[in-house]
Amino acid sequence: MATSDAVSQDLSLQRQSLLGWWRSGDPWIWLTSAAVAASVAAVLGLISLLAINGLAHFWPSQVMSIEYERFGAKTHIFGELSERESIGRRQFMEANPSYDKPVPATVERWLIKTGNRQANPPDFRWLFAHDVIASSVPQDVVVIERTEWGDAFGLLVGIKQKGEIVESEDLWEEFQARIERTASIREEIDALQEGSINGINYELESIRLEKRRRQLDDIHEFSDLEAKEERLRADYAVIERQVFDLTTQLERDTASLALADGRITDIPISTVIQAWMPNSMSVWRKLGLYCKNLWNFLTDDPREANTEGGVYPALFGTVLMVLLMSALVTPFGVIAALYLREYAKQGPFVQLIRIAVNNLAGVPSIVYGVFGLGFFVYAIGGSIDDLFFPEAKPAPTFGTPGLIWASLTLALLTVPVVIVSTEEGLTRIPRAVREGSLALGATKAETIFKVVLPMASPSILTGMILAVARAAGEVAPLMLVGVVKLAPTLPIDGNFPYLHLERKFMHLGFHIYDVGFQSPNVDAARPLVFATALLLVLIIIVLNLTAITLRNRLEARFRVSIN
Amino acid sequence: MIEERAGDGYDSTSMPEIPTPVSAVEEAPSPSEWRDDDICLTVSNLCLYYGDNEALADISMRVARQRVTALIGPSGCGKSTLLRCFNRMNDLIDDVRITGEIELNGMEIHSTSVDIAQLRRRVGMVFQRPNPFPKSIYENVAYGLRLQGRLPKSEVDDRVEWALKNAALWEEVSDRLNESALDMSGGQQQRLVIARAIAVQPDVLLLDEPASALDPISTLKIEELIHQLKQDYTILIVTHNMQQAARVSDYTGFLYLGKLVEYDTTNIIFTNPTEKQTEDYITGRYG
Repeated sequence: MATSDAVSQDLSLQRQSLLGWWRSGDPWIWLTSAAVAASVAAVLGLISLLAINGLAHFWPSQVMSIEYERFGAKTHIFGELSERESIGRRQFMEANPSYDKPVPATVERWLIKTGNRQANPPDFRWLFAHDVIASSVPQDVVVIERTEWGDAFGLLVGIKQKGEIVESEDLWEEFQARIERTASIREEIDALQEGSINGINYELESIRLEKRRRQLDDIHEFSDLEAKEERLRADYAVIERQVFDLTTQLERDTASLALADGRITDIPISTVIQAWMPNSMSVWRKLGLYCKNLWNFLTDDPREANTEGGVYPALFGTVLMVLLMSALVTPFGVIAALYLREYAKQGPFVQLIRIAVNNLAGVPSIVYGVFGLGFFVYAIGGSIDDLFFPEAKPAPTFGTPGLIWASLTLALLTVPVVIVSTEEGLTRIPRAVREGSLALGATKAETIFKVVLPMASPSILTGMILAVARAAGEVAPLMLVGVVKLAPTLPIDGNFPYLHLERKFMHLGFHIYDVGFQSPNVDAARPLVFATALLLVLIIIVLNLTAITLRNRLEARFRVSIN
Repeated sequence: MIEERAGDGYDSTSMPEIPTPVSAVEEAPSPSEWRDDDICLTVSNLCLYYGDNEALADISMRVARQRVTALIGPSGCGKSTLLRCFNRMNDLIDDVRITGEIELNGMEIHSTSVDIAQLRRRVGMVFQRPNPFPKSIYENVAYGLRLQGRLPKSEVDDRVEWALKNAALWEEVSDRLNESALDMSGGQQQRLVIARAIAVQPDVLLLDEPASALDPISTLKIEELIHQLKQDYTILIVTHNMQQAARVSDYTGFLYLGKLVEYDTTNIIFTNPTEKQTEDYITGRYG
């Protein structure tokens, strides 16, 4: 009896302790920590997915020689294995109903980058593992990165200078030397083009506009302009001649490449950016090339409809646009918050305005884009053109999407967060400190500028951080107000006034969309999409970390006294 | 309403004995014997309303020059509100209406021709809790000076040193003037705030329970400081602590429910009050 009592007591105790465990809040702690863990895992997962897929692209992977047979025909190719996957027999048969050989239960298929788009397109193809007759890794396969037609794979069999074969002991060394030669010539041409020719064109354009302006003002005295124009044209002719000579020199050499099927193809060395032999490279050499490729990705202009080359203009445009946006949105938001919190009489009307401001943050960004196009670009930009640039008409100057309008549109999009966080900062400043300043004979404005604003600066920066995080990732409104697939010039250059706010620009977010979903060569573009996405995320992280560091410093300096 | 915290410092609410005034009360003549140039501030028929609430009812009093005048009374009696009338800090509060007059050296401070910022430079104020700015010690003291326009660096240096010496703080901080004022102790912060107030050389100093948030030793230092400052400034002090009022002040006014119940030399208020309410309060029967 006593024992069973003890047991039942134990049972009831146990049940209570389960209930007690529930009541103690432990499950709640587990739930909350699980939520945090899930978010961290999601972020890390995202970044590592981008990093793995994007960064692998720059590694010089080995090139295989593959011989395969399909429908009785044998094909021999060189190629990089860029993806492999297994599919079931059924799926395979549905996709290839007329396949004539026995099919294994699971078919392994490889995506091979074959390059050589000029000789045998397409440059990516799927192979079935059981079709392959022979595969090897030949040591002397050369990969050539070119300015057009993508990469070329083959065996270097000869070099020609003006169509005549060059005798050389070490063909590879000779090839590298000639690549370097063309590279330096190309640099010279670029320097002339970007420095002198662009400058002259810019000046010629301003002379044309000045002429037009005088015509509009009914002045018909052009002799000074014409003299200047003539001088410029003479300069231009000289430089043009130089460029022409250099271009002729550039086209001197060609390299002969033997393809896997034995055909020989001639590649002008002027189109070669770099060449390497991945199969005979040591890991360290590969690492060096990897770093170089990564650097080129960050600093080069895009090529071939953005599917090759670098993202420098997009990187530049993104950072510049975000900086401009911050410079516009911060004063605007801070001033608005100051009025709302410090000067406006608190009441239902101010509360209504505050709610309206908060709700602005929820308006879909494309709506801001449409507004920016209608208001900033056409209304304001159009009026600026009418007032200040009548000579350029009918070509618009500011009345067309451009950097300044994109920055303004994003500033409008993000101003609510700046207002809200600045207001929060202002309310946190103790009344005692304000009264201390006023009691010393400071006016309200002096108090705001000397005490209140410095103390609120960490909150202002918090607002800016949130604004930057939001603006740097926006794409939709930018497509309407200034971002383009390919901008011919950067918004900053050597021509006065150096910062050209009216120019169109490139943006990493739009670049991702464009490369990933608008490009003709999806397989070639895919790794670039990942790499660009990773870059965009990293930029936002860097911008935020900078602002956060600054904010923490300010916070330490202006921390509110507790005692 | 103005927040009126009952920060009683080190002594508690009970007051078993009537404290003996220790200041030079003998020298303080009775208000009825004042000559005209002894008078710094004159309050006549001052009423103050928070909305419909009457917080100060028909207060008339005079404040003697270069003396310490204490305002005592239970929480919510309006003593801080009265103090804040002298530098028009009540203007910052919405819904406040003031009638009556306050004259500073014969000038009506509510007159429209008065520049409030100028008034506040002449009537400095120290608050209940130390409220240094989040700046360096030096910049805190120089703050008021810099508001008066550009001064040569050497002059600002001199005035900062002078103010810190007069606030009995120079010895402790002379080697760390550029450190943040927020790293100082509470007592030091309060003396810094006093230095900040006297750096602009006001005529009047308003002290709103200056020692209520401090420990006994810091309180003692502040009280000694008040004694010294009396030589140059007219001081008005609000305090909950009656021993403190007795120790530091020459004159004491007792406020109750917004009325000035009794106002006389500290000696008389603490030894021989006329009104029953005053006697009850200082002997600790309520408050």
